[in-house]
Amino acid sequence: MAYPSGFRYTQQHEWVNVEGDTGTVGITDYAQQELGDVVYIDLPKIGATIKAGESLGTVESVKAVSEIYCPVSGEVIALNDALQTAPERINQDPHGEAWLVKLKLSDPKEAAGLMDAATYEAYVTAKAKEHSA
Amino acid sequence: MNTPTAATLRRTALHSVHKHMGARMVDFGGWDMPVEYPSAGLMKEHLAVRTGVGIFDVSHMGDIRISGPQALAAVQHISMNDASRLAIGQAHYSALLYPAGTFVDDVVVHRLAAHDFLLVINAGTREKDFYWVRDHVCAFDCIAEDLSDQYTQIAIQGPRALDTMARITSADIASLKYYWFTHGNVSSLDNILIARTGYTGEDGFEIYISPDAKISEAVWWELLDAGKEFGILPCGLGARNTLRLESKMALYGHEISESITVLEAGLDRYCKLEKGDFIGRQSIEKQKSTGIAHTLVGLEMIDRGIARDGYKVFDTGSEASEIGVVTSGSYAPFLKKNIALAYVPPSHSAEGAHLNIEIRGQMARAQIVPTPFYKRPKKQW
Repeated sequence: MAYPSGFRYTQQHEWVNVEGDTGTVGITDYAQQELGDVVYIDLPKIGATIKAGESLGTVESVKAVSEIYCPVSGEVIALNDALQTAPERINQDPHGEAWLVKLKLSDPKEAAGLMDAATYEAYVTAKAKEHSA
Repeated sequence: MNTPTAATLRRTALHSVHKHMGARMVDFGGWDMPVEYPSAGLMKEHLAVRTGVGIFDVSHMGDIRISGPQALAAVQHISMNDASRLAIGQAHYSALLYPAGTFVDDVVVHRLAAHDFLLVINAGTREKDFYWVRDHVCAFDCIAEDLSDQYTQIAIQGPRALDTMARITSADIASLKYYWFTHGNVSSLDNILIARTGYTGEDGFEIYISPDAKISEAVWWELLDAGKEFGILPCGLGARNTLRLESKMALYGHEISESITVLEAGLDRYCKLEKGDFIGRQSIEKQKSTGIAHTLVGLEMIDRGIARDGYKVFDTGSEASEIGVVTSGSYAPFLKKNIALAYVPPSHSAEGAHLNIEIRGQMARAQIVPTPFYKRPKKQW
């Protein structure tokens, strides 16, 4: 799966798509592959203020629990409620329909410090090699 | 940190097949084992075993053979079930116990001949088990051999396991009863131990073939081919765990351990006090009269969330006191519920009772339900 070129990515495999002062956040295709079948997602409440690097929630596959870290700072203004009943959408469309939250960004320029798609792709390719060694 | 790297982990004869199939590998008891094959994934692997057929590489399991004139007496001394009741060609579930009535390991005992037994044991406890057995059968006229490295063990599990196996053996496996075994051909290999056993709660077989990589790989591919029509999938330890959990089968280090007794684990139906003396018997008899402090219960989550191993259990009183611990918990792929096993005091173990599980600092309600969570449908004649 291609990593959308307009998104920014973290080393913990979250993405953020900045449009104006709104940031849409999700986990990457690499993350969903590593997790396997996602069966549970726990997200913050609307209105919560979260700093970059703080926990945004948890995602669980059958076999593991993973923390989701917020890639940028902001206030939660929307949640993807559909994921509560259909968490498997994270496996199916991690960069699109299965976004997790929308944030009102404290600093829209903050995301520029994260990896772009090409850098992230190189990062996960190296990781996958490490795995199969 | 001194954790084993992939290079120092032990490998089964099928290791390169797993890599070839793109399996995600994990360290399981010092073995580099497939946890799932991402081409299908854990969920589909689990469902294949419930509705069709799946195969598992379980060569990491250990095997101890006890043979000689006093082999039966030796097995009776170290194993809690009554091996004298086994016919030749029959197997049963049992456990090796410490004098305290706690678990060295759980085992499947196969009676190969009147004075010849094969004990199949867990991977993570292979050495410990062998030394334990060797030290405790030495007073008997018999020998204990560690045959663990002499077999590739493959489990073929699911309602279509019989149809799959029938295509690669001419042995009469259709009339083989559950927990009986026979010797027969597996494709071109002769005299293979074929047991109608497993760890999934489904019908199925376990076969014990040569550990030669070429032979093991050939049988693996033949099985996948034989089961194609029935939707066969290779399955990893992930599905093995969720399948055994739905069927409430104990996992060493979780529901059973060196600090949990047979009575607490609710496995007393496999413990035959009437057969005479054996290691652990006195403690169990004593605990039968004094009572147990914890008992294993099945839980179904009411609130959202998954209770995982090690999560704390609280009562629902206003001052929520900690009363127990979760030993295994997962989303159950076939039942489509979040289930768990936990130890709680008998006073809090009634079916239907509510408990709280602490999940990342929040209390989530769960209900005690009858177990096994899943029971395979009876055969329709």
